[in-house]
Amino acid sequence: MKYYLEKIIEKIIMLIAFSAISILIIITFFIFKEGCPFLFKNGILNFILSPAWDPSTKEFGIFTMILGSLWVTVGALIFGVPLGISCAIYLAEFADKTIRGVLKPMIELLAGIPSVVYGFIGVMILAPIIRTYLGGPGFSILAAAIILGIMILPTVISISMDSIMALPRTYKEGSIALGATRWQTVKMVLLPAARSGILAGVILGMGRAIGETMAVIMITGNAIKIPFTPLDSVRTMTSNIALEMGYAIGDHRAALFATAVMLFVFIMILNTMVIFVVKRKN
Amino acid sequence: MNVRSKDKIARFAFLLAAMVTILILVLIIFYVLFNGLRVVTFEFLTSPIKEMGKEGGIFPTIISSIYLALLSIIIATPLAVGTAVFLTEYTRENVATKIIRFGANCLAGIPSIIFGLFGFVFFVIYLRFGWSILSGSLTLACMILPTIIRTSEEAIKSVSYTYKEVTYALGGTKLQGIYKIVLPKALPGILTGIILGMGRAIEETAVLIFTAGLSIHIPTSVFSSGRSMAVHFYTLAREGISIEKAFGTAAVLVISILIINSISYFIMYRFMRKYT
Amino acid sequence: MLLLIFISSGFLFGCARKTQSIVLAGSTAFQPFAEKLAEVYMEKHPNVTIDVQGGGSALGIMTALQGIVDIGMADMVKLPKEADPLTKTIVAMDGIAIIVNEKNSISKLTSIEAQKVFSGDITDWSQLGPKKGNIRVISREDGSGTRKSFDKLVLGKIKLTKNAMYQDSNGTIREAIKSDPNSIGYISIGFLIPGVKPLVFDGVAPTNENVKKGIYKIFRPVYFLTNGEPGRLAQKFINFMLSDEAQSIIKKDGLISIK
Repeated sequence: MKYYLEKIIEKIIMLIAFSAISILIIITFFIFKEGCPFLFKNGILNFILSPAWDPSTKEFGIFTMILGSLWVTVGALIFGVPLGISCAIYLAEFADKTIRGVLKPMIELLAGIPSVVYGFIGVMILAPIIRTYLGGPGFSILAAAIILGIMILPTVISISMDSIMALPRTYKEGSIALGATRWQTVKMVLLPAARSGILAGVILGMGRAIGETMAVIMITGNAIKIPFTPLDSVRTMTSNIALEMGYAIGDHRAALFATAVMLFVFIMILNTMVIFVVKRKN
Repeated sequence: MNVRSKDKIARFAFLLAAMVTILILVLIIFYVLFNGLRVVTFEFLTSPIKEMGKEGGIFPTIISSIYLALLSIIIATPLAVGTAVFLTEYTRENVATKIIRFGANCLAGIPSIIFGLFGFVFFVIYLRFGWSILSGSLTLACMILPTIIRTSEEAIKSVSYTYKEVTYALGGTKLQGIYKIVLPKALPGILTGIILGMGRAIEETAVLIFTAGLSIHIPTSVFSSGRSMAVHFYTLAREGISIEKAFGTAAVLVISILIINSISYFIMYRFMRKYT
Repeated sequence: MLLLIFISSGFLFGCARKTQSIVLAGSTAFQPFAEKLAEVYMEKHPNVTIDVQGGGSALGIMTALQGIVDIGMADMVKLPKEADPLTKTIVAMDGIAIIVNEKNSISKLTSIEAQKVFSGDITDWSQLGPKKGNIRVISREDGSGTRKSFDKLVLGKIKLTKNAMYQDSNGTIREAIKSDPNSIGYISIGFLIPGVKPLVFDGVAPTNENVKKGIYKIFRPVYFLTNGEPGRLAQKFINFMLSDEAQSIIKKDGLISIK
C-alpha cells in the first residue's frame, strides 16, 4: 500500500516537474518565435550594426542601444567591482565575526531596495549634480553607471565574500607561517585562489546591470545616438523594449522581440562563461 | 615603501571600501525614510488613492502588492520545488538534466523586461486576460520560477548523501528519505529562494506596468487590474504628481523589504539551530 | 503557510465581480482628466468601476482594436489608418505648448525657429537670444499622440534631431524640463504648471482661449475610440463625458471643452 502511494507521489512530482519545464520551454520558444523571423528576414548584421532606429520609417537598427547597454554596464562594473571586491576582502579577512554578522545583512538589504527607488535617487540627486558640475544633461551614462554600480554591489560582495571564506584555512595559514603579511597573503594567495568564484560574482553582477530597466530609463535620457563621452545620454536595449512595447505592432514588435533574443543569447554566453570559470576551479 | 606599511595601507583601503559601501546604504535608506516617514500615517496606509495619487493614501497598492506577491509565490513554489526534487532525486545526471539546468539558469538571468514583454503579449493580449492581477502574477511566477528552481536545487543537493543512506539503511523508502530528511534540511535554502522571489515580485515595476496595469482601485478579483506599490511609486515620482507621497510610498516599500528580510533571517536562524 | 493559502483563496473566490467595470487606456495627456471624470462618475454610480491605464495614444488605438479595453483614448491631429474601423467620439480638445525651464530667458519662438531647434539646425541658445548653452531637446516616444501631433503641426516633413532625449509621458517631460535649465520640449497645455515656461508661438500665447479662438494652431482633438458600437456601460460613460457637467470639469481643469 505504501508502495503504491509512493509511486503515485513520484508520478505527481514528475508531472509537476514536466509542467514547470514546459513553462520554461514555452517562454523561451515564444520569445524566439516572435523574434527570429524578423532577424532572418532583415538580416542579423543589419539589425546589430545599423544605428538608425525609427519605427515610423521602419528602420530598426539597434547599434546605438547595444553601445548604450555596453557603456552603461562597463561603467557599472568600474564603479561596483573594485569597491565590491575590496569590501568583500575586508569582510572576509579583516573583520571579526560580530562585525561581519552585522554588516552582511545590511549589505543584503541594499539588494532589496527596489530599482525604481535607486532610479529616483539618481534623478533627484545625482543627475542635477552631474549636470551642474560636469556638464551635459545630467541624464547620462555616468549617472547610470554610478547607480547600477551601487545596485550590483551586494551581488559582487556576497559572492566574492563566500568564495574567499570558502578557501581552505591552510592557504592562509601556510602563507602567514612563511612570514607574509596579511595584505601579501590576500594579494598573492587568497585572491588568485578565489579568482573563479569572484569572477562568477562579477559576471552575475554584469548580468544584473545589463538587465536593469527602470532605473536606467529614469536616468539615461534615452537618446538614440552613439555615445562619445560618459556625459552623453544613451538608450539601452532594455530601455528600448520598455519604452516601445506598449504600442508596437507588426514589424516593430518583432524588432523588440529580436532585441530580446539578442539579450537572451548574451545571457546564455555569460552563463556559459560562468560554467567554464567554475569548472576550471574544480 | 616597506612591506609593513604596504600592509597597513592595504588594510586601510579595504576598511575604507567597506565603510563607503555601508555609508552609501545608510545614506540611501535615510534619505528615503527621512523624507518618507513623515507622510506615512495610519491614514496614508489605509486610504484609497485620490487625484491619481496627489491626495489620499496607498491602501489599494498595498493590497495589490500583497495579492500579486502571494499569488505568484503560490503558483511558482510547488512547480519549482517539484522540479528541483525531480532533477536531483529522480533522474541521473545526463544531457537532458544539464540542458534543463542551463536553461533554468539562463532564464533566471535574463532581464525582467523580457518577461514583461512576454507577459504583455501572451497573457494580456493573446490570452485576452487584459491588465489584471492574473496576468501580473502569472508573469511574475514565470519570472521567479527559474530562480526558485535554482536555489532549491542547490539546497537539496547540498544535503549530504549520507543522510539518505542512513534512511535507506534504516529501512525507509525513497520518498520517506526525501520527505523526512532531505527537504527539512534543504528548507532554509528553499525558503531563501522563495523570499528572494517574493522580494523580486514586490520591487518589480516594468513587468507589472504592462501586465497588472495602473488601476488605482482595490482589485476585487484576479481579473481586476491593480497597481503595486512599486508601480505607484514610479508613477508618482516620474510624473511629478506628488513627490512627498512618492517618498511615503518608497518608505513603505523599504520597510516592507526590511521586514521580509528580517523574517527570512529569523527563519534561517531557527532552522539552523534546529537542525545543526 | 496553510493560513496564507486560505486567505488568498478567499481573495480569489470570495470577492466575485459584484461591480461592473470598463477599462480605458491610451493618451497620457488625457489620462488624469479621464481619471478625474471616472472618479466623478463612480461617485454617482457606485457599482461601476472604471479603470484608466496610460501607455500613449498608439496603445489606446491598438488595445481598442483588439478589444482588450472598452475605450481607447487617443489625442492625435490625424488618426492613423489602422484606426479607421473604430468608432470615434471627440470628447475634448487639447493644445500643445512648447516649454522651456522657467529660468530660461527665451519667451517666444517662431515656427521656423521651432523647426530649426527641434531638427537640430539650431543647437545653441545663443542663436536665439542672450542665453548661452547647448539646447537639449526632449521629445516623446513614437507612440505618443502628443508627439505625432507635434511632428505633424510643427515639424511637418522635417525629422526630429538625432540628439533628442526621450521621456515617456507628458508628466515626465515636464519634470525633466523643470530640472534642466537648457532643455526644451512640448507638453499638453493641460499639463502646464509653474516651473516650466510655455513659449509664445508665432506671436500667439499657448492658452486654451487662443486655441478656441483658432489663433493658436498647435492643438488636437482627444478621441474616445471603441471597436464597433460601444458597449452599454462604455456608452453611458461616453455620454457622461459629453455632458455639460463633465465638460465643465474638463474646462476647469485645464483642457478645452467641445461645447
